[in-house]
Amino acid sequence: MFSDRGGTVLLAILVAAGVGAAVLNLAVPPSSALHVSTYVLTLVGKYLCYAMLAIAVDLIWGYCGILSLGHAAFFSLGGYAMGMYLMRQIGPRGVYGDPLLPDFMVFLNWKSLPWFWLGFNHFWFAAFMMAAVPALLALVFGWLAFRSRVTGVYLSIMTQALSYALMLAFFRNDMGFGGNNGFTDFKDILGFDLHADSTRVVLLLVTCLALAATYVACRKIVDSRAGRVMASIRDAESRTRFLGYRVESYKLWVFVFSAAVAGIAGALYVPQVGIINPGEFAPINSIEVVIWVAVGGRGTLYGAAAGAILVNYAKTFFTSALPEVWLYALGALFVLVTLFLPRGLTGLMDGLGRAHERAGQDLISREADG
Amino acid sequence: MNVRDKILYLEKLTVSFDGFKALDALTLYVEPGELRCIIGPNGAGKTTMMDVITGKTRPDSGTAWFGRRANLIEMSEPEIVQAGIGRKFQKPTVFEHLTVFDNLELALPGTKTFWASLVARLTPAQRDRIEQVLDIIGLANQRGVLASTLAHGQKQWLEIGMLLMQEPELLLVDEPVAGMTPQETERTAALLQSLAGEHSVVVVEHDMEFVRSIARRVTVLHEGRVLAEGDMDYVQNDQRVIDVYLGA
Repeated sequence: MFSDRGGTVLLAILVAAGVGAAVLNLAVPPSSALHVSTYVLTLVGKYLCYAMLAIAVDLIWGYCGILSLGHAAFFSLGGYAMGMYLMRQIGPRGVYGDPLLPDFMVFLNWKSLPWFWLGFNHFWFAAFMMAAVPALLALVFGWLAFRSRVTGVYLSIMTQALSYALMLAFFRNDMGFGGNNGFTDFKDILGFDLHADSTRVVLLLVTCLALAATYVACRKIVDSRAGRVMASIRDAESRTRFLGYRVESYKLWVFVFSAAVAGIAGALYVPQVGIINPGEFAPINSIEVVIWVAVGGRGTLYGAAAGAILVNYAKTFFTSALPEVWLYALGALFVLVTLFLPRGLTGLMDGLGRAHERAGQDLISREADG
Repeated sequence: MNVRDKILYLEKLTVSFDGFKALDALTLYVEPGELRCIIGPNGAGKTTMMDVITGKTRPDSGTAWFGRRANLIEMSEPEIVQAGIGRKFQKPTVFEHLTVFDNLELALPGTKTFWASLVARLTPAQRDRIEQVLDIIGLANQRGVLASTLAHGQKQWLEIGMLLMQEPELLLVDEPVAGMTPQETERTAALLQSLAGEHSVVVVEHDMEFVRSIARRVTVLHEGRVLAEGDMDYVQNDQRVIDVYLGA
């Protein structure tokens, strides 16, 4: 099915990570050195959600040339949709014991559930909204922006502003999304205890599956003729328009799809980390995603996933070992990659692979000569 | 003049940019199957004329009809392409990160919506058409290479091939031999001549040797108007043409 080596490796690693983490967490006793702690499980799940987000960004940036600096907003909206479901699952077990209203509403003296919270007690409804809300926002935003032929840095700035505006809105208590505390203290999902290791393992497995499905779907898109049109839009937009392609509609649908994927990634992220708050909308988060993709190598999909995992691993390491250095390291990383590795780590690997091949051929020809 | 037989009618076209008249009541007709060369000094209105035909620029006044069916002034750029007018720009803009074959595939006529492209498969007939065009433009052996690795002349041919994929009735070609080696120029001349007849071809070109080698009919533009029209010998001996262009 796949001719691309990077994708095969990525999917293989995913299967290994999913199965490995599950077995090592559940079947190996905690006393053993091989035991995977719940903390690590959560960390891996988090990385995989980020990898999904990175693939979504790579699809529109690497293949269609749209640099979105607002994907954290779609990610957060998906996360909030999941958070609303999880809040309603708490039911009367909240601090105030209200059977219907989440704690923060009781605290604000609200008497009834706002209309936009209706339906979120059903998982299927919440699951639909996790993708539909980000997709709808992307549809409206994209329709306005692409139709007016806003491109390049202007579009990037607008996406950044969108994310920032949403952050400010979600910080407000009367928005009805928990203000700056957001949602937390989740109890269970679909009746399963969120604090149980088995639930965590299943969440991780679902995330592995979602990431694999995202990869396969995006690969299908970029390998289709539509994918080649996207690459043409990236390289020569007006030329593509001149061939009779409605460039705006290509950009719009890819943007919407990408936003939906980001939303699903956010929805998987929230039950694993146990909290969602307006900080997730912060502009810096969107910029970080772009750095992951750049480091991994844009326009490859698997490179974006690898970049997300590697940079976040580095972040986890740095922020505990040398917390004050992290932001500088991230900035330096971005500058260095832009200057010296324009095709990211995947470009570097390709280069090394070719050099190795050449060296091998030289050796063979030398042996033949001698 | 029997107006019915023409493929392109431009009548009294005027375009001005900030008071400067790029086209000044330009009137020009092109016959079906003709190979027409347009020459003229810089600022004569050659590119503006092409822009009006392809819908990129809207004229202040005048009419532009493609055959008798299509009023170009009321159509969008994609609609004009669909109607059968293809334009090759001065700078070769092929899709560098796609192969020669893929470049031609994207130029196939047909539905071009996102959803159609997502599930599109090449039919045998389309594949044959691509092979046929690869032969016409002489790039059959390069079908699998990335367009970015082609030589300058090859890129120009590929772009002409992309136009041919759309089976246009009218081909507009902007300075096809700029920057080409003599051998490439020669092959381009042969290519354009082989296209005339089946298609109507309008070429804008500065290279007089090249124009002489291909054109049966030459139109000289000057300050947004037609200065002279006829075969190369007639045009070259026209005193006004010598004054403003050839003599310079």
